[in-house]
Amino acid sequence: MKILACISVVPDTTTKITFTDNNTQFNTAGVQYILNPYDELAVTRGLEIAEANAGTLTIVHVGKADAEPVIRKALSMGANEAIRIDAEAMDAQQVAEEIAKIAEGYDLILTGRESIDYNGGAVCGLLGSLLGIPSINVVTRIDYADGKFSFDRDIDGGRESVSCAGPCVASAQKELCEPRIPNMRGIMAARTKPLQVLPAQTQGGYSQYSAFELPVAKSGVKLIDPSEAGKLIEILRNEAKVI
Amino acid sequence: MSVLVFAEISDGKFKKATFEAVSYGRQVADMLGTQVVAIAIGTGADASELSTYGAHVVKTIATGDSFTADAYAAAVNASANEVSAHTIIISNTYTGKSLAPRVAQLMNAALATNVVSLPDTSNGFQVKRSVFSGKAFAFVNLQRSHKVIAITPNSFEIKTFGGSANVENSAIALGASSLNIDSVNKVTGKIPLTEAEVVVSGGRGMKGPENWHMIEELANILGAATACSKPVSDMDWRPHSEHVGQTGITIKPNLYIAIGISGAIQHLAGVSSSKVIVAINKDPEAPFFKAADYGIVGDAFDVLPQLISAAKN
Ligand SMILES: Cc1cc2nc3c(=O)[nH]c(=O)nc-3n(C[C@H](O)[C@H](O)[C@H](O)COP(=O)(O)OP(=O)(O)OC[C@H]3O[C@@H](n4cnc5c(N)ncnc54)[C@H](O)[C@@H]3O)c2cc1C
Ligand SMILES: Nc1ncnc2c1ncn2[C@@H]1O[C@H](COP(=O)(O)O)[C@@H](O)[C@H]1O
Repeated sequence: MKILACISVVPDTTTKITFTDNNTQFNTAGVQYILNPYDELAVTRGLEIAEANAGTLTIVHVGKADAEPVIRKALSMGANEAIRIDAEAMDAQQVAEEIAKIAEGYDLILTGRESIDYNGGAVCGLLGSLLGIPSINVVTRIDYADGKFSFDRDIDGGRESVSCAGPCVASAQKELCEPRIPNMRGIMAARTKPLQVLPAQTQGGYSQYSAFELPVAKSGVKLIDPSEAGKLIEILRNEAKVI
Repeated sequence: MSVLVFAEISDGKFKKATFEAVSYGRQVADMLGTQVVAIAIGTGADASELSTYGAHVVKTIATGDSFTADAYAAAVNASANEVSAHTIIISNTYTGKSLAPRVAQLMNAALATNVVSLPDTSNGFQVKRSVFSGKAFAFVNLQRSHKVIAITPNSFEIKTFGGSANVENSAIALGASSLNIDSVNKVTGKIPLTEAEVVVSGGRGMKGPENWHMIEELANILGAATACSKPVSDMDWRPHSEHVGQTGITIKPNLYIAIGISGAIQHLAGVSSSKVIVAINKDPEAPFFKAADYGIVGDAFDVLPQLISAAKN
């Protein structure tokens, strides 16, 4: 079995988000980049399925060379090889089109539910449509048996179980598995695993970011005396009018 | 030209998010000087209801009560072609999130998800969307003749309009999906977290799952959904489906009440767009107070019973 896991590289979750150049650029100064937390789950579950089915897991990332430490991290978790498509990723559509060009021959393609920076949540569905295969969003379970993949996925107000033959693409949601932490042997092995760099094949994005804005800061908290906590309910009813 | 809105049906009814999408679509159509067509796939819902929210035409495909992204996307794309729609509006529910990218790909359209503004067409076609898990917003220009806009639920006021829509059976048939739906398990009698207007949430300060009956009681009285912080679901005090934050669910209720939650940046990322935030914490230095509109510095075990009894009246 051949599995492909798509990874994005995102600012660490503790990053204080700020912008420069008159709010047109994300301020990368001092930002630590990490493997997108949902992609960590995709890689982990992909590895488990590959290992159980004498398969391989390939990592793919669309981005520039500065992403390579994070790609090596995915390799140190146990992936067999990695591909970096050398392009400045402008949007999910460009990323999906680039990945679609190399996705032939994989039985299962995994992404994260969303990247925690631009939160598009779009790559899974775009890839499914580009490749003409089922796309299964926000999965909390993936199993493979008797030539079929089966999934649990979150839906509005509940959960459903679905199945299909491969190839298919699914996006990882929390609860899929516990992320695998690379061990020393994995870290050593990752240094020499193949990381192929391929040129971009598509024209670039469908959209362009022109400016950013921070949410309006709260004007300050109004404190209510704990001995008269019931007053809060009155305020929420009559002043804030939210209940 | 027209604007096409995907009118999501759930359990034989239109969702509130659908009315938001139709009313949003009407405003876009007015802006572009064109009409708004809604496409409703599934049975049970009263299509004429969408007139109120601004639909000029409602097309119905009365089959396929179970959503599959591939079949629905093909039907939405065919409907868009039929009415020459260049702009497609979809609500960013779980269903919408599965659907929108596939529709965008079929239409070769530019896609924007998590959209929180009407488009600005004064210079191209620009929308505002939330990014960095709610820590910021971005203005993005959609650079294709066709656009798919997935709007964040609970971000737009539902406007009502006069007139009555033409309701027509669509000539388009819903095709087969290559995905089998084996079982569906919907939580009944509980408000889904992502759709709740009020959310009562507990953190590690609640000490243990045995104390959650207070959170649930308050939530029940307020008609609220319940949520929790990450450690609470990690320790299995509460189900994972209640975990909100950067690595959990992002929510945007009208009121978020956080009890015994410190207010770590990753937690705030998932809840900070809530309209009104209340923090209850015994530590006056808890970071949540900086993000809250109202606060009580006190012990949850003293404060909650008072809130419950006040809310009952
Ligand atoms: C990669 C990453 C992703 C993360 N994603 C998320 C996420 O999505 N969501 C999330 O929630 N967290 C997330 N976290 C964890 C986050 O950093 C915090 O650790 C977590 O939010 C803390 O949860 P808490 O506030 O319930 O617990 P604590 O930090 O332990 O805080 C408990 C609070 O309760 C108060 N308290 C104690 N007793 C009482 C009492 N009797 N009455 C009133 N108040 C009391 C305390 O003063 C304290 O402020 C993430 C962390 C990382 C590293
Ligand atoms: N530049 C990229 N290279 C490879 N995969 C990506 C890239 N960006 C996003 N992805 C994948 O697509 C998922 C969803 O991303 P997004 O649509 O940006 O929210 C991520 O979790 C990754 O699995």
